[in-house]
Amino acid sequence: MINSGDTAWLLISTALVMLMTLPGLAFYYGGLVRRKNVLSMIMMSFCVLCIISLQWILWGYSLAFGNDHAHFIGSLDWIGLKGVGLQPNPDYAGTIPHLLYMAFQMMFAVITPALISGAVAERIKFSAYLAFILLWATFVYDPVAHWVWGKNGWLSNLGILDFAGGTVVHISSGISGLVCAIVLGKRRAYGQPIRPHNIPFTVLGGALLWFGWFGFNAGSALGANELAVLAFIVTNIAAAAAGLTWMMIDWKNTGKPTLLGGITGAVAGLVAITPASGFVSPLSAIFIGVLASMICYWAVTLLKKKLSYDDSLDAFGIHAVGGITGALLTGIFAEKTLNSAGNDGLLFGNPHQLLTQCLGVVAVVIYAAVVTYILLKLIDRIMGLRVDENDEIMGLDLAQHEESAYTLID
Amino acid sequence: MKLIIAIIPSHKMESVIHELDNIQVYRKTVSNVLGVGHPHTEVYRGLLETGNLVKKVRFEIAVNDNLVEPVIQAIIKGAQNVEGDGKIFVINLEDCIQLGTECRGSTAIGQ
Repeated sequence: MINSGDTAWLLISTALVMLMTLPGLAFYYGGLVRRKNVLSMIMMSFCVLCIISLQWILWGYSLAFGNDHAHFIGSLDWIGLKGVGLQPNPDYAGTIPHLLYMAFQMMFAVITPALISGAVAERIKFSAYLAFILLWATFVYDPVAHWVWGKNGWLSNLGILDFAGGTVVHISSGISGLVCAIVLGKRRAYGQPIRPHNIPFTVLGGALLWFGWFGFNAGSALGANELAVLAFIVTNIAAAAAGLTWMMIDWKNTGKPTLLGGITGAVAGLVAITPASGFVSPLSAIFIGVLASMICYWAVTLLKKKLSYDDSLDAFGIHAVGGITGALLTGIFAEKTLNSAGNDGLLFGNPHQLLTQCLGVVAVVIYAAVVTYILLKLIDRIMGLRVDENDEIMGLDLAQHEESAYTLID
Repeated sequence: MKLIIAIIPSHKMESVIHELDNIQVYRKTVSNVLGVGHPHTEVYRGLLETGNLVKKVRFEIAVNDNLVEPVIQAIIKGAQNVEGDGKIFVINLEDCIQLGTECRGSTAIGQ
């Protein structure tokens, strides 16, 4: 039975999640690179939106949500949206048209590969990137989405809690980002100061991510209901707590609070609350935000330096580390009294949930890392992954797109 | 007293600064400029445009005579590139005045 309130909210949420990729993520990342690469960065988010929108209706949705095959992947029954119509599908969402559920999930499938672009910034060949996201969406995102959210997916059957995609979206993309950064190697200018060229862009993009995240998390309630309100509130709380925490750590460690630190912290908090958003109380959300901010700060400052990989815009440091933190904290702070479809976490007398969360994290980390590595090696052999030295020095905007973002003299 | 003006590829800015730091020449002015380089094309909504003005960086460094050659060598070392792109100009300097103290000449240059 279709409910008009639920349908209206999901239509809006779908548009909000679209906004997260373009212009949200595009500008968040675009501001962080040097001025000669800003268009290439925005281009990567733009192209993911175009390509995955088509991949999803042609075969992606069917692989992720179609009838189960061995608890691992969906069948090809719904290829080209065959049989996905305006009637609700009670397996996923009983009060909105099945097509709308498909569209909402499409925007998640879009933003996930776009997150990886932060790890390959300023050096990947554009054609190789296009091939990579298409293959990655098909061989990594679609199966992992099926495990966690598909009917009869193996992690779903084990009772993993992932309200809005901490595991599916953030851990899978973040880990793949790390593998990409290592396989591609460092930027040639690594070691010299590489400063963000436009921090207001980054804050604009980060703020649009925060705004869009209300659709991402509260929309995942799949209705205009109590759960959506809870997810909405805890999302805001975690972002606020995490943004403030990062700024305070900055203040203590370097003497001054920074805006870039604040917005980075807020995004880390949003990542961490994502899996927990429909299962935890507002006070727990404060803990999740503060802890995520502290752990991500450690990852992007100390861990990255120590292990010396060029995860250029911290796709791993924020999304994988924040996502893992959120997935585990969900297993600690979840409360069944808030959401009867969820479960109690460690603090509420169910240590088993934390184990399930750990298992989910480990499975997704290993699977995403291995498949990403294979895909990268394959693409490298066929077409090459990196631009040559001259193109990297000239900047990808001119080298790959023959456009420049800014003129020096009008 | 000489004024040394160097036009170098913009990606060499950091290494030139590094070489100048090595010989303890810290005072300089750096600006973004356009200069002639390898022609490149840009495309805007399907229209192709060719331009041969590319972004470069200009250093202006005022030094006393004993530092002229070391600064030139430092710039050559820091800015070396395969294409041999860039130029250094050396100009006689009439005078130099430090605002505030109003001292003049070699003392005002201070390097």
